Amino acid sequence: MESMLAVVIGGLYAAGMYLMVRRSIVKMIFGLALLGNAANLLIFTVGRLTRGRPPHVPADGVLSALPVADPVPQALILTAIVIGFGVQAFALVLIKRVYQTVGSDDQDVMVTENQGQEKLGQEEER
Amino acid sequence: MKNLLFLPLIIPLATAVLGLLAWNQRKFQRIAGICSTALLSVTAVLLLLEVQQHGILSAQAGNWPAPFGITLVADTFSALMLLATGLMGLCVTVYSLADADSDQEARGYHPLLQVLLLGICGSFLTGDLFNLYVWFEVMLIASFVLLALGGKREQMEGAIKYVALNLIASALLLAGIGLLYGVTGTLNMAHLAIRLQEMPHTGTIPVIAVLLFCAFSIKAAVFPFYFWLPASYHTPPIAVITIFSALLSKVGIYVLIRVFTLIFPQETITGQPLILGAAGLTMLFGALGAIAQPELRRLLSFCVVSQIGYLLMGLGLMTPLALAGSIFFMLHIMAAKSALFLTSGVVARMSGTTMLKELGGLYKRYPLLAVLFLVPALSVAGIPPLSGFWGKLALVQAGLQSEQYLLVAMALGVSVLTLYYLVTAWIALFWKNQPADAEKLHHLPAVRRGQMIVPALLLALVSLVAGLLPEPLFRLCHIASEQLLNNDAYIKAVLGVTQ
Repeated sequence: MESMLAVVIGGLYAAGMYLMVRRSIVKMIFGLALLGNAANLLIFTVGRLTRGRPPHVPADGVLSALPVADPVPQALILTAIVIGFGVQAFALVLIKRVYQTVGSDDQDVMVTENQGQEKLGQEEER
Repeated sequence: MKNLLFLPLIIPLATAVLGLLAWNQRKFQRIAGICSTALLSVTAVLLLLEVQQHGILSAQAGNWPAPFGITLVADTFSALMLLATGLMGLCVTVYSLADADSDQEARGYHPLLQVLLLGICGSFLTGDLFNLYVWFEVMLIASFVLLALGGKREQMEGAIKYVALNLIASALLLAGIGLLYGVTGTLNMAHLAIRLQEMPHTGTIPVIAVLLFCAFSIKAAVFPFYFWLPASYHTPPIAVITIFSALLSKVGIYVLIRVFTLIFPQETITGQPLILGAAGLTMLFGALGAIAQPELRRLLSFCVVSQIGYLLMGLGLMTPLALAGSIFFMLHIMAAKSALFLTSGVVARMSGTTMLKELGGLYKRYPLLAVLFLVPALSVAGIPPLSGFWGKLALVQAGLQSEQYLLVAMALGVSVLTLYYLVTAWIALFWKNQPADAEKLHHLPAVRRGQMIVPALLLALVSLVAGLLPEPLFRLCHIASEQLLNNDAYIKAVLGVTQ
């Protein structure tokens, strides 16, 4: 199970990185979302995978068998998912506003005029 | 008195909530903002006194005992940082009375500022690594909105870079924290320190240290991760940049110092060449970038990057003197840098531009403003008897004691470059003749000018007084650095046991 999850995490990181180096800001946001999910799965995996074990000690105080499940990684992931949801919602609104003000989703077009630089990307547009 | 620890969180939170409830009452929001930051400063002073008298304070949220619940800790370092946060918040709020336009205020500028302060205070006080991540996100969300508030084209472009880079840093931080939990089974920083001392430092632990170092370095704008800062910090209004440059990047450095002295002291020693290299290159590239800038706000943004290098230098050297120098320098740079930013904001308001070429001749009409820019500029460059001199002196002395001659040479060389570009900027603003085609100066009404100049004046005075009388502040910084290097007191305050 661990090795399969490791492959999935690696794949998510790779896909996230690939999307982030694209010029389109929409793809960049998707990439960021994938990176966040990869980090969540990573916490899940390194927090030890246990199946069918209760996370608590029963009332009579006798542990049935080790290992018990650890609830902390799941609490961490839950928090991270909620935060990630908020941040991604903001990022989506931001890219919509950027698209409205700049008129393009290509990062190379986003060169502010008063920097004294030429607008590099425009001639090279695909 | 343990409840004092929660006040720096409750005050900005309550003010933000009240501000949100009174969404249309702008006057109320302004007054609440000023009261809240003033209260925050008072609380920080009380906390500092308390820590001096009774040693490191800690409180457990919800009375859950230490390694299980969330711990808040205040030592001298965090109390000093809180005090700086309160004062900076107060100065920027007063400055915003004149500088923030009604559109920004209508979109919740003041409550957002309070949320930002909440995140910053939380990061300074927390003793739990995952809780730190949460405070970072609180801070980030508020800073995202503050950066984009106004919706101008250049702000949008700056915001995209800022948001993307900070989200990558958050993902790295989260992965690092998760791995650290997997290895040690705890998230409490004091508990982590004990657990990691018992373990052999091979395999994953150095990797985790590097992950966390990269994550915090992105937030603090350390070489080679600094490029997002000059690309985005010049876009929002001056008040917002001031609070960002004074507090946000310093939170990154604070956390680096905290985590790497407490949790990873061994990695800091083995990684010393890397940290010192990053410090030196941050100084150098920031200064070189600043020299090339034709625009005032971008120049000052590169200057922010350059000064971050000095702060990192203290961590890399890891001696009591170096860390004390770093902490002193951090407090100095918050005051002096912000005075520079605020004064340049006044200049920008009056002349309607921040391009150095189009400015000039302000000395004739506003000689006092020229002095107000020059004093912090010289302080940042490290000219005695201003505060920057003592910070640099301590760092250079510590560098010489540790025989890091190359780094010391770089630090001194970059000081000369800093002097060069800041004085060039001063000449361009005040000394040279006004270009013929320049716009006429806008005259600001007296009240508005007062609201903008008084905070800048106050911060410049702080830098001047800290330079003339460095002894009391430096003693505090020394206590703070001793506490950072001797973890036992911190661990005992949190867990109640000695190692």
